[in-house]
Amino acid sequence: MDLLNQENVDSTSIIYAEATFKSSRVINGHSVELRSPGVLEFLISHRFGLISDGIGEFFGLDDSNIRFGLEFGVLNNLNVGIGRSSFEKQYDGFIKYRLLRQQTGFRSVPITAVFFTSMAINSSDAPPDQDWSFTNRTSYTYQLLLARKFNPNFSAQLSPSLVHKNMVELAQDDNDLYALGIGARHKLTKRLALNFEYYYMFNKPEGRGLHNSLSIGVDIETGGHVFQLHVTNSRAMIEKGFITETTSDFFDGDIHLGFNISRVFNIGKQKNTDW
Amino acid sequence: MIMIALVIHTQAIAQKYISKNATITSFSEAPIENIKATNKKVSSILDLSTGEIVFSVPIRDFEFRKSLMKRHFNENYLDSELYPKSTFKGKISGFGSSDGVYNSVAVGELSIHGITQNIEVVGEVIVKPDEIALKAKFPVLLKDYNIKIPKILFSNIAESVEVSIEFIYRPYASN
Repeated sequence: MDLLNQENVDSTSIIYAEATFKSSRVINGHSVELRSPGVLEFLISHRFGLISDGIGEFFGLDDSNIRFGLEFGVLNNLNVGIGRSSFEKQYDGFIKYRLLRQQTGFRSVPITAVFFTSMAINSSDAPPDQDWSFTNRTSYTYQLLLARKFNPNFSAQLSPSLVHKNMVELAQDDNDLYALGIGARHKLTKRLALNFEYYYMFNKPEGRGLHNSLSIGVDIETGGHVFQLHVTNSRAMIEKGFITETTSDFFDGDIHLGFNISRVFNIGKQKNTDW
Repeated sequence: MIMIALVIHTQAIAQKYISKNATITSFSEAPIENIKATNKKVSSILDLSTGEIVFSVPIRDFEFRKSLMKRHFNENYLDSELYPKSTFKGKISGFGSSDGVYNSVAVGELSIHGITQNIEVVGEVIVKPDEIALKAKFPVLLKDYNIKIPKILFSNIAESVEVSIEFIYRPYASN
């Protein structure tokens, strides 16, 4: 055995940190996880109304908003996706590109870095006195997702973000909003993980009842599905919405129950064809 | 004197055979899906004089048809971050040094997922002039190695996995 170990020393193998997060989302925001090439993910996300609305609204369950998403692994380092949210009738599309991958072995890289950009188009009717052009309806998000899997159970992510809106509510509002996201995952068992996510806005417009987005949830994994159940004060499921337009105060009990369900399909050709 | 020492040395080395990039295949047959995984990064050493054999399997190098299977295999079942290697250490008996095919038996300790079990495997040893091949098939019972399959996935994953090994050895020369 010693001889064997000696023989293996010169191997130039790379060990990647697998599954920093279970899903492509921490909760609302994207995680550094990418789908493999040829894998198509169908994502259904729901956010119900406010739990604080009480029994009359069945604690928010009477009111739900949904996002359908299709995401695809194009290359090893590149994912693209599209989605449609019922809230504000937003269409969205994103590109996710991995710049660095956490690894040990031949080369050591301490973190995974992913560049993320998304575009959202508001297709809802403009108020009667306004005329929204296509440009008015669009907003953009740019994020750098930096994550590290510290050990098999604990991973954390920092997400510096910039949201650009072509149209803002008031003339004095900034078109560019800067935020920092903090996310973490702690595995409780092999198939159950506790997740946390917070987005801090640096230039939050004052006096508008806006809050930073805070979410706490669990990931439950069963074979090809991942269920994410959470409570969050954000209603929107796209970046520009939950980062910059969260209007509920988590600590006032104004929270939404929500879930994400993802199912993956293998549609492309796999490398390993001796099956 | 030096010459004699050299000759003895070479002979001692020539008894040892090494196999790099050997292949192990595991096959799980279950109602919903059959799952096959192949590992081509297995290394092994066989000492012809004593019949001693060791092999080492890097768990992360098992390749699957679906990438999610590989991820679950490493993350949820084999805990490859904690137990990156599976090893076997044992002895083969019932084969000779002249060319031919021998039905042999290997007895030894197999370690998977941090748990070691004594196993006995029947296989073939094929001796050729400059090459020795080893072929065997044996079942691995997941619960023997504390690999737990949740009840909900019983119809996706078999409780016993068939492991096939195919090693080709060449004389070992240390460098």
